[in-house]
Amino acid sequence: MIGFLLRRVLAMAATLLAVCALTFAVFYLLPSDPAAQFCGKDCSADRIELVRQQLGLADPLIVQFWHYVTAIFAGRSYGTGPYAVQCDFPCFGYSFQSAQPVWDLMTDRLPTSVSLALGAAVLWLLLGVGAGVLSALRRGSWLDRTLMIGTIGIAALPVYFTAMILLYLVVTVAGILPYPRYIAFGENPGQWVTNLILPWITLALLNAALYARMTRNSVIETMAEPYVRTARAKGLRERRVVGRHGLRPALTPVATMLGMDLGGLLAGALITESLFSLPGIGKLFADSLNKADQPVIMGITLLASFFIISSNLVVDLVYAWIDPRARLS
Amino acid sequence: MTSHPLLDVHDLAVEFTTEEGTVRAVKGVDFTVERGRTLGIVGESGSGKSVTSLAVMGLHRGATVTGSARLDGTELIGAPDEHLRKLRGRRMAMVFQDALTALHPYFTVGDQIAEAYREHFGGSRRAALARAVDVLGDVGIPGPARRAGEYPHQFSGGMRQRAMIALALSCEPDLVIADEPTTALDVTVQAQVLELLMRLQQERGLGIVMITHDLGVIARVADDVLVMYGGSAVEQAPADTLFTTPRHPYTRGLLDSLPRLDAEDGAELRSIPGSPPSLLAPPAGCAFHPRCALHAAKPDARCTGDRPPLRTVADGHRSACVLDEVTA
Repeated sequence: MIGFLLRRVLAMAATLLAVCALTFAVFYLLPSDPAAQFCGKDCSADRIELVRQQLGLADPLIVQFWHYVTAIFAGRSYGTGPYAVQCDFPCFGYSFQSAQPVWDLMTDRLPTSVSLALGAAVLWLLLGVGAGVLSALRRGSWLDRTLMIGTIGIAALPVYFTAMILLYLVVTVAGILPYPRYIAFGENPGQWVTNLILPWITLALLNAALYARMTRNSVIETMAEPYVRTARAKGLRERRVVGRHGLRPALTPVATMLGMDLGGLLAGALITESLFSLPGIGKLFADSLNKADQPVIMGITLLASFFIISSNLVVDLVYAWIDPRARLS
Repeated sequence: MTSHPLLDVHDLAVEFTTEEGTVRAVKGVDFTVERGRTLGIVGESGSGKSVTSLAVMGLHRGATVTGSARLDGTELIGAPDEHLRKLRGRRMAMVFQDALTALHPYFTVGDQIAEAYREHFGGSRRAALARAVDVLGDVGIPGPARRAGEYPHQFSGGMRQRAMIALALSCEPDLVIADEPTTALDVTVQAQVLELLMRLQQERGLGIVMITHDLGVIARVADDVLVMYGGSAVEQAPADTLFTTPRHPYTRGLLDSLPRLDAEDGAELRSIPGSPPSLLAPPAGCAFHPRCALHAAKPDARCTGDRPPLRTVADGHRSACVLDEVTA
């Protein structure tokens, strides 16, 4: 088990390094010039060249990459003399446009994205898995048909449409909820919830529909397994047959999917955050793309890879914990 | 005091409604199983042999089951679910074909046996696990205490089937229905598992229903045999009688298709021509008539009219062939 974990963590580090190199190469090829951005608008070519020297942008790509990677663990400074900019550990680059280390920009926004992702995940799990299990156990019933038709409809709605309709009905017409803005949980838990409800619903609906359909199929498939028949042949109560023998294996693939989806979302829900103007990583990413703020884009790309890769690891560990067959290999 | 047979099945029929129409999987079979005796039900896939056993256990979900099946005098068909549930595992247990898929992959073997025991007898988890270790020992699994903590995929095929039998026997049932229990096993392991079942039967006076397509298994274990074809019983006889004087052309076809060591050199293995009948659109009359050599040689209206019922042809021997005088 320890060996398995060690191997996985090493593989994870290698993957992250590869992602790092790849994004670095991609941004190096982009026609944007960090030196010009640092220097400001009316900057002479000579001055830009000087800045380029000072920032180390004239170094060979491999040297720049080395500086970038080592800075993550040791921090670095950009430039020398009175204009030098310090970027402390963990340094994921420096945004000259906002005059802040990328790490600070990201950690400022992270709680918003994590709040949004986790809340939405809880919501879509409850709705999706609940509806899926009900549908599967009452297969062919009126309830099943209604739920499954409903999920097709919901899955077909674009996120921006759902968001607009929700905002119009709940905020503008009914006035039940305020227009969402981010309030930290620590600041006011009640307002944290009321402000995030609409973004949660927006983000959760699509996933709830997809999870409901997937859960239904998985439960139907599992309930037809010979081991479920054996559980009935043993004389177990139907509740136990379903709950212990049926649902556990049926929900394993759902856990896998949740890991992937959540991993992706932790590093920002780009559309939902933008629609509700929530200051999360997704919004930061969208803004940085507009401004071509390369260090930030790169930092977020790395952060997203980190979340996705580590959630994969968590999924594998959970899988091994649930299914003993996965423990051996 | 009247004594009932352990299992008394009368006119049992099972129907499924599918999108393509109604499937009459079992069309009224009768048989009895006495304590300490083994009834072999033999037939090819689709003959209704497994469906019959699942109907007796009340495990057929979505099927219409009619007729009667009495376990020690208690009617099972149409009994309330809760009543059947308490009998399942406790008075009648089932051994399934492929223990790898029939045992739950997520739980240890000991846990799965203990779960059944606790369901019917209650008691502590520890006591139930101790019981599980005992039955695993009873079925000849070495180191039962250690193996109880292992998962089904860690067992070999033969050991896994023994564990399946241990599960079935854990609550000391009177009736065990074994559905192709040795089909997935190597021949040598097959023999061991059958011997185990026979030994347990002698020790505990179990009534056993052995469902198989393998006449070799029937010859080894069965006291009485029911031959099924297309959802009906076509022949019923004590095992010895069936092997020495089969009456139904289908049974004879089955016996002829067995390889024999004493066959003359160059003698071909004979197979039954054609394929099993469609259950959705079964042939009229005797379900076997389209494949029957007797009917082909001398077509008879009685073969294609009403479905021929079982008729007594000798003491304890019944056959559903109307061309009996020819086969005798």
